[in-house]
Amino acid sequence: MATDARKETAAASAKSNGNGQQKHYKVIGTRPIRHDGADKVTGRAIYGNDVQMAGLLYGKVLRSPHAQAIIKHIDTSAAEKLPGVHAVVTAADLPDLKDKWADLGEGRVNLAHLGANVLAHGKVYYKGHAVAAVAAVNAHVAEEAVKLIQVEYEPLPSVTWVLDAMKPDAPILHPEVYTEDLVGQRISEKPSNASKYLLFEAGDIEKGFASADVVIEREFKTASVHQGYIEPQVSTALWNQDGHLTIWTVTQGSFTARQQTAELLQIPVSQVTVVPCEIGGGFGGKIPVYLEPVAALLSRKCGRPVKMSMTRAEVFEGTGPTPGSFVRVKLGAKKDGRIVAGHAWLAYDAGAFPGGMIGPGCMCVFSCYDIPNYRVEGYDVVLNKPKTAAYRAPGATQAAFAAEQVVDELAEQLKIDPIELRLKNAVKEGAKRVGWPDYPKIGLIETLEATRNHPHYKAPLTGNNRGRGVAAGFWFNIGLKSSASASVNPDGTVTLIEGSTDIGGTRTSVAMQLAETLGIAAEDVHPHVADTDSVGYTDVTGGSRVTFATGLAAYHCGLDIRQQMAERAATLWECKPEDVTFEDGVFKAKDKSISFKELAGKLGELGAPVIGRASVDPQGPTNGFGTNIVDVEVDPDTGKVTILRYTAIQDAGKAIHPAYVEGQMQGGSVQGIGWALNEEYFFDDQNRMRNASFLDYRMPTALDLPMIDTLIVEVPNPAHPYGVRGVGETPIVCPPAAIANAIYRATGVRMRELPMSPPKVWAAMRK
Amino acid sequence: MTKKAHISTTINGEPVEFLCENRQSLLEVLRDVLQLTGSKEGCNNGNCGACTVLLDGEPVNSCLVLGVEAEGANITTIEGIAEESRLHPIQQCFLENAALQCGICTPGFIVAAKALLDRNPNPSEHEIRFELAGNLCRCTGYDKIVRAVQAAAKNLQEVAR
Repeated sequence: MATDARKETAAASAKSNGNGQQKHYKVIGTRPIRHDGADKVTGRAIYGNDVQMAGLLYGKVLRSPHAQAIIKHIDTSAAEKLPGVHAVVTAADLPDLKDKWADLGEGRVNLAHLGANVLAHGKVYYKGHAVAAVAAVNAHVAEEAVKLIQVEYEPLPSVTWVLDAMKPDAPILHPEVYTEDLVGQRISEKPSNASKYLLFEAGDIEKGFASADVVIEREFKTASVHQGYIEPQVSTALWNQDGHLTIWTVTQGSFTARQQTAELLQIPVSQVTVVPCEIGGGFGGKIPVYLEPVAALLSRKCGRPVKMSMTRAEVFEGTGPTPGSFVRVKLGAKKDGRIVAGHAWLAYDAGAFPGGMIGPGCMCVFSCYDIPNYRVEGYDVVLNKPKTAAYRAPGATQAAFAAEQVVDELAEQLKIDPIELRLKNAVKEGAKRVGWPDYPKIGLIETLEATRNHPHYKAPLTGNNRGRGVAAGFWFNIGLKSSASASVNPDGTVTLIEGSTDIGGTRTSVAMQLAETLGIAAEDVHPHVADTDSVGYTDVTGGSRVTFATGLAAYHCGLDIRQQMAERAATLWECKPEDVTFEDGVFKAKDKSISFKELAGKLGELGAPVIGRASVDPQGPTNGFGTNIVDVEVDPDTGKVTILRYTAIQDAGKAIHPAYVEGQMQGGSVQGIGWALNEEYFFDDQNRMRNASFLDYRMPTALDLPMIDTLIVEVPNPAHPYGVRGVGETPIVCPPAAIANAIYRATGVRMRELPMSPPKVWAAMRK
Repeated sequence: MTKKAHISTTINGEPVEFLCENRQSLLEVLRDVLQLTGSKEGCNNGNCGACTVLLDGEPVNSCLVLGVEAEGANITTIEGIAEESRLHPIQQCFLENAALQCGICTPGFIVAAKALLDRNPNPSEHEIRFELAGNLCRCTGYDKIVRAVQAAAKNLQEVAR
């Protein structure tokens, strides 16, 4: 069977760009209807808030009205006396987590910080920070009870802009936090809000810039934006009388939710079962736990199941936005367009606790270009906003907004077409990059060529105040651990159990890979996302990894099933298993042959049931590159930017379900459009967020947009048998930069601050 | 606490009676009292449209309607859109056009699209975008939703012919 895997990998590796020769697949590349489709269009799918059970209580959280304050005293007695209230908890109910650390799959995490974010411990760090929680007979009583909790605060000065937080006289959030370098050495003498300083260098940038014919240096700012999933966080916990804790929740990773909860409560992971419900969007924001441990503590106190859900305002004020940022980029190029030196200086806010997105920001800022001399410096900075969470290619969009505009200016000054300039400098196999080993086979050049040749890029654009912009973008796409098992049913179908929570159709994209491997129809695989007791360890649905890594697990599950089925066929035909071959869903030996389905029907007479299993830990990144072409029109009287035409182009490696790949490209583009043109956290003079609703934090609606055209480029990933690269995150990277470049072409004004909202564009046009 | 109100209404063609507190929204009644959890809560203040239901044929955000206002009304929820043994063409077109990713906004979109096509069987792309602007989707970028509604309009017209 190993031979098969190698053969398939080799076949999938054959170069193709969407038009060229491809391996002929039966299932991969088709567009079957998703397995959970009927449930989701009829309202039957059970999301987190749809969980009901006997004796269910409802929990609510009391949140800080201050951006920063000492908690001097909490009096919960009045709340406890309210009829209908069953339990009240504060940080005092959490175990002491001082000096405790845990590896949560993405590096070591300070558990005291994680715990203090879930329930404030002595100090609140942002408006909306959770302070206490109540469980009551219904949500209304819980809300009333929360208001009866008396908290005595001592308000402190606060800070919400990253450069302000780095000033020597800035209010220090955490006296125990000093600036550390990449390897954890303390490099500041005093406590600092800058928790991390990263430095990546290659070559000699002084010499590089000295040899350049053109040098451009610019500064950029971006505001905090939210992931904006439509389903607020919701969790139901039952701490049973036998000590076992079950949590029904909406999470991107059942196993990380289990581990975070267990670590915070200081109980073994085996004492916790996480049941993942259908999840209403995440985009990175549903990886950290917020309500799970709190609902658990409430349930332990009252012995009943407790459901907690956030309001929309709580989602904005209490869950991770993406970092606000300041980025300075300097690029030097020769007359022929070759970039010879680059210097980037990035400061990203991490929100209230250390550990934001500065690492990937640094590693992505120049990731599209082969620059011989570079220096990239980055700061992770704490300040008085909610703790940041991942948001689709976390850290990359801010970096691209800066770098891709400087590249655009270089192209303009050198009078080179912006795509040609990018092609001249594009990374390819063997190129060095910041913070990772050299690139393997990648598809940036093919993607740029597809952009240059796209009808949109060639189409004339006429009319006043109109302009076209382009940008390129990159996201790593990770591997990590996935497990799957599958059992063969007597009717020839296969039931697939996986651990990746399905946010956008991955049940189907994973099932299709198993179907392809077994030579059966996509509809003949029945995928199920299981709880943490029913499937092997599986990392988060994030990093664009599920179709790649869980798909790989499904593929290996398929190989395992094929091996066992070949043995059963050998029993049937009284021959040696190694004489049985498998092709296109049919087992053969000499003159005998039997289809997968027929053989499945005979398994009852041929020995033990056939169950395939696989667990994988593929090493990423798989490297996703994309470009955007956008035409805009700017209203000179209002500064409003209208998107006239939008095209997203991306290397998917291999599109398993092309409609879902398009969907990721379209959805990511539109999130990027919102980030570019409208979305931001507004803070008042007390650093309190003032637009915590969908009315005031205005995300794009259907009426704001045209159709989003897509072109899928396919340069297969050699590290996956079907060539999959992962596609979810790259689409959000380009839009702000591409739109800024288009606004410049339309108006002659360079927008270096996000969002490029009407008042800002209007003001910039009047300068 | 005052006594609960006794409400008589029609939901998805069936006569329904329920008890609710005056402060409970129709969305809360549908979900927590009647276990019709297909209508979703995304914001609870009328901005996202995930809780859209038809109230006497008009699309409304059920989070902005009180349960007591359902007295004597005729309500259609997402649970009442499909026919006995098959999906409504709008539902089928949402699936065939991959017009959903996470699916949390889907019930609201389907109910709003039904209201639109009941009133205007042949809407332009702009009319679809205008009529669905009260429903937020964060996953799809709306492209495939608009195309699904266009496809459903075409299918429904062919059936009617």
